[in-house]
Amino acid sequence: MRSALPVLVVIAAVILLWYAGAVWLNARWTIDQAARAGTSVTVWDIVRDAMDQRRPLLPPPHQVALVLWEGIAEEPVTSKRSLVWHALVTLQATFSGFLLGTLVGILMAVGIVYSRVLDLTLMPWAIISQTIPIVALAPMIVVLSNSLGIGDRLGVENRLVAKTIIAAYLSFFPVLVSMIKGLRSPDPMQLDLLATYSATSRQSFWKLRLPASLPFFFASLKVAVAAALVGAIVGELPTGAIDGLGARMLVASQFGQPLLMWAALFAAAGVAGILIVALGLLERRAGRRMGGRG
Amino acid sequence: MSAGGIAAAAAPAAAPVIEARGVDLTFATADGPVEALKAVDLTIRKGEFVSFIGPSGCGKTTFLRCVAALERPTAGTLTVNGMSADDARRARAYGYVFQAAGLYPWRTIAGNVRLPLEIMGYPRAEQEARVKAVLAMVELTDFERKFPWQLSGGMQQRASIARALAFDADVLLMDEPFGALDEIVRDRLNEELLRLWARTAKTTLFVTHSIPEAVYLSTRIVVMSPRPGRITDVIDSPLPRARPLEIRDSRTFIEIAQRVREGLRAGHGDAV
Repeated sequence: MRSALPVLVVIAAVILLWYAGAVWLNARWTIDQAARAGTSVTVWDIVRDAMDQRRPLLPPPHQVALVLWEGIAEEPVTSKRSLVWHALVTLQATFSGFLLGTLVGILMAVGIVYSRVLDLTLMPWAIISQTIPIVALAPMIVVLSNSLGIGDRLGVENRLVAKTIIAAYLSFFPVLVSMIKGLRSPDPMQLDLLATYSATSRQSFWKLRLPASLPFFFASLKVAVAAALVGAIVGELPTGAIDGLGARMLVASQFGQPLLMWAALFAAAGVAGILIVALGLLERRAGRRMGGRG
Repeated sequence: MSAGGIAAAAAPAAAPVIEARGVDLTFATADGPVEALKAVDLTIRKGEFVSFIGPSGCGKTTFLRCVAALERPTAGTLTVNGMSADDARRARAYGYVFQAAGLYPWRTIAGNVRLPLEIMGYPRAEQEARVKAVLAMVELTDFERKFPWQLSGGMQQRASIARALAFDADVLLMDEPFGALDEIVRDRLNEELLRLWARTAKTTLFVTHSIPEAVYLSTRIVVMSPRPGRITDVIDSPLPRARPLEIRDSRTFIEIAQRVREGLRAGHGDAV
């Protein structure tokens, strides 16, 4: 429990700073109102107002927490006002994109490690792909996947296909880089050992390279799942979607609902946290089965 | 200097297992060619325990790697069990023990010993039986379910020896297997190794840089020197096969050690 104290102190500090920021940023509204009405304001007026505006510049924590609570607990999950509903929509694309991206990352890494030609041809493109801002690319992916109608053929929404591709586009790269490093991590002695058994390259892949790469793989999964979530959210912005956390943020900002926007933002952060903790547990279990010390 | 003649004359009339004739190996490096092995002639017969000793760069490990077909000689012939080193490797003619144990951290001790058996496609029941048998041989029966990090360095090296013994190779190649261990552990493992050798009758090639270790273990000691890597002396050990540790204080032991030391010094003297 000793380790909980510093964590709590940091959280308390963040909340305190946040309140201070809320007062600071929301003060203008109170002062403007007073100036228009020709009255004077006290510091107390400013603080009290800052805590409870309908459209604050920076909503204080308790307001966000309240809207978050309403969105999570007080709406039926099927309601369009439920954050759980929107989170589930985003999660669906996150998962499909994460799975696709991880698969593509692993396959590319295997190709690059085993083929010098692929190493020289594929790797530069993989790096270039990550230098293009996803916001610039996302609309094109949306248009293309709509016009190609991949989703219709697969029996899912075209919008989900676009979001999946965008999420996968962001999440394959960390997996690719880590898997290349992981598959190349066995030292020459371990490869020599397999040579003395005259093991086939298939055997050396399954018995040495793949298990040796797993620690690298799990480390990359956490980065990849966070990237997939960002991809799914970004993918919701240009799709004209009305469902999903990204769509919720966009709508809230367009209709001047900062509280909703912040609530959606925190819901997204919460989802990311849950995903990363889940992957951490998976990693621990795998690690223990593979002789880890944890 | 050619050593083939001496060896042939002194060795018992067992079948030759390893025959090297005029083996050269030149590495091309950025600083020009390096002659790792030069005109190496050597015949090793079945059941021998041959140590290779010399300073670093004398080619002792390189020669072992050539026998294992992990390196390819640039000239000369090298046969193992009457076939080329490459064919012998494909026929899984030898077990190789490296300087480091090199156990897979994600496999248990039993799993590590099972690795070559899995690769070579032994039936599952036989895998289990063999793993049990060799782990008993190196006295690691109680540790079969442990992971490598739970074992000491000496125990890990014993597990790696068990791994090399698990399948039916009649040659054992050992590259400074105890080099990283402390003196006390090394003494014990040397004793154990001799016992294993007596039990399994495997032809053993053993690379070391320790004179006492070489003299204690070997039926024959090959002294090598660097630049170019070559054999400078081959010593047949008159020591009996049964060797208690105390034999190291005997007169014969000291004399052999002396001769090894002189061979090493001579090799240094005429180095280019």
